[in-house]
Amino acid sequence: MDRNLVTGALAAVAALSGLTALLAGLLILAHRRLRVDEDPRIDAVDEMLPHANCGACGQPGCRPFAEALVAGTEQPAGCSVASPAEREHIAAFLGVGVGEAVKRVARLACAGGTHVAVERAHYAGAASCGAAAQVAGGGKGCFWGCLGLADCERACDFEAIRMDEHALPVVDEVLCTACGDCVDACPKDLFEVHPLDHRLWVACRSLEEGDGLLGDCEVGCTACGRCALDAPGLVTMQNTLPVVDYTQPHDERVAIERCPTGAIVWLDPETGPQRGVAAPVLRKGPRRGTPT
Amino acid sequence: MLKWFGAGSFRHGVHPPEAKDATRDLPIRRLPFAPLLVVPLSQHLGRPSIPVVREGQQVVRGEPIARPDGFLSVAMHAPASGVVKAIGLAPGIAGRMLPAIYLKPLPGSTQEVVEGTPCPLDATPEQIVHAIQEAGVVGLGGAGFPTHAKLRPPEGGFIDTLIVNGVECEPYLTTDHRVMLEQREDIFTGLRFLLAATGAARAIIGVEENKPDAAAHLREGLPEKLPVSIEVLPVKYPQGAEKMLIEALLGRRVPPGGLPASVHALCVNVATTAEIGRLLPHGRGIQERVVTITGPAVRHKGNYHVPIGTPLHFLLETVGVEDDLSRVFLGGPMMGSAAPCLDVPITKGTSGVVAFTERESLTTQVVEHPCIRCGYCLDACPMFLDPSQLGLLAANERHQEMADRHHLMSCFECGACAYVCPSHIPLVQRFRVAKAALRKAKAS
Repeated sequence: MDRNLVTGALAAVAALSGLTALLAGLLILAHRRLRVDEDPRIDAVDEMLPHANCGACGQPGCRPFAEALVAGTEQPAGCSVASPAEREHIAAFLGVGVGEAVKRVARLACAGGTHVAVERAHYAGAASCGAAAQVAGGGKGCFWGCLGLADCERACDFEAIRMDEHALPVVDEVLCTACGDCVDACPKDLFEVHPLDHRLWVACRSLEEGDGLLGDCEVGCTACGRCALDAPGLVTMQNTLPVVDYTQPHDERVAIERCPTGAIVWLDPETGPQRGVAAPVLRKGPRRGTPT
Repeated sequence: MLKWFGAGSFRHGVHPPEAKDATRDLPIRRLPFAPLLVVPLSQHLGRPSIPVVREGQQVVRGEPIARPDGFLSVAMHAPASGVVKAIGLAPGIAGRMLPAIYLKPLPGSTQEVVEGTPCPLDATPEQIVHAIQEAGVVGLGGAGFPTHAKLRPPEGGFIDTLIVNGVECEPYLTTDHRVMLEQREDIFTGLRFLLAATGAARAIIGVEENKPDAAAHLREGLPEKLPVSIEVLPVKYPQGAEKMLIEALLGRRVPPGGLPASVHALCVNVATTAEIGRLLPHGRGIQERVVTITGPAVRHKGNYHVPIGTPLHFLLETVGVEDDLSRVFLGGPMMGSAAPCLDVPITKGTSGVVAFTERESLTTQVVEHPCIRCGYCLDACPMFLDPSQLGLLAANERHQEMADRHHLMSCFECGACAYVCPSHIPLVQRFRVAKAALRKAKAS
């Protein structure tokens, strides 16, 4: 056998072994010196969370929420996606109380479905509200109103939003986790996340004043100010729209009673949105302005 | 694509059908006053003007009816002698209701325009800039940027070349073409004002070679001692965009996000120049503009002097439209905007009204197919962006990545990419959605 070959091979083996030992040593050193001890409960709690990563708790995702739970800065009730049993399970595991959280849901500030609101121009482009809003505001008579192309329905990970027969999104209060994806998706900024017990609701965002807007939408707010007169302190008029001060007690329906259009409504948990007696009955039949 | 690398133009771009034959040889005619004119207070970029008239007041044609609110704003003038009916909301081109002055012209109102304080040709640059602001001059090409606001070179900079944009690369429109043929002396007067205001040493009028009569007509009447040259450019879209035109004429490339002043150039539309030359010697303001009314749905196509504030429905009734009128564009078909309703008024930025019937609209209803990575859009984009990649990112709503890594904000929405796309992907619309989403994210 060639002697040079043997010594060459031996030298290579020795060099590589040396290098291996050196790197292994470095790894061992790094493991000893740079190791981060993580509370094993974080992994366990993370496993128990629903992994929707929706952000409704206020944390960037489920794992940061698990870390906050273990650190004690959040309570299990903060997760609006987990079922009550799952929350109990986490609370029992961590030995803390479940805590209390107000159920919050997304609410739409528009009631102008196709049965009551006119279309000024027919939009024929890409079927998305975001795209339609870029083309002359979307063609709806009311510039501020819901375009009805279901960007929110697509954005909702929990199937809590469905479009009704008048092309208006309806939020399922049970399924909604208040994650806020619909708030971001709506190009007209019509969604707001509110506690479930906020029953008095202004379902209009139109900045137009007077009866002129009724030609565009029958349920728009004309800024008549009756609600603010009837419920002083609770409702104030700001920029042609009533604003409800939810820090006040608001369990009476007096504000909606004299609304002439039904722009301010009472969201009854059983019967749905209730309009005042002064508001006309919704028109049924084909929508105005539809080309025949 | 190689033929587009020739001298005297910018790189990339497209060549849509010109469709200008119907109106190019028709002299500018005058449109009557509408029964009610709607003058929006925000016909320009910047702050809306402040009305200086009240309801019920009688005004004379050409009288100021609104004053500028700060520097980035212009004055407004009565388009007709009449009575101010109301000051209230009116539908705007963007679909939004905007404050406007409703003016009812008096019966028998004449075309006579009241005179103001003239601005002499030897005025100081500051006086000229002020006079242009008071004349209510904005970019008549369509962007509506107040002209006076870009005339003064930035601090420490200078402008050596004034470029007058007579390219009119949008299909269908012949407004600038007719202005060059009929308002030659006004253009040269306006040029004198602009040269004095900017301190530029020379001016170039850029004209595309599909308007040889306009170029010849301008050359013929070229005054001596005026440092102006007329350059004929190959026909290409979007050559009328100021960055493209500067590259085509001067070979200078405006850096991304920069202004033409950073390469010592300034670009002014030819109709704007003519308007400055027409108004300033008389101290008047803009009360009307030239509008090309054309398209398959229009019976009497032509170029018209239209009073500012004329509602679209009156304009279309006057020229006559086919019964199956379907789509109306304000501006050209490439970069213009679809009219949200026929109540919107003609503003200073409306260079054309292009109307289509149901038949043409049906042919444009096409099915979108997946991107096949053919790269046509890359060869079309005048800003050297990657519309294909941007489109894929937009479909996945990765808006921040579009802006950070693919220069979304350099896109000026010319539509060349969507025009060439064999898969009919509405690229520009996606980019506009992405830009709107980024603006919203930034605001919150």
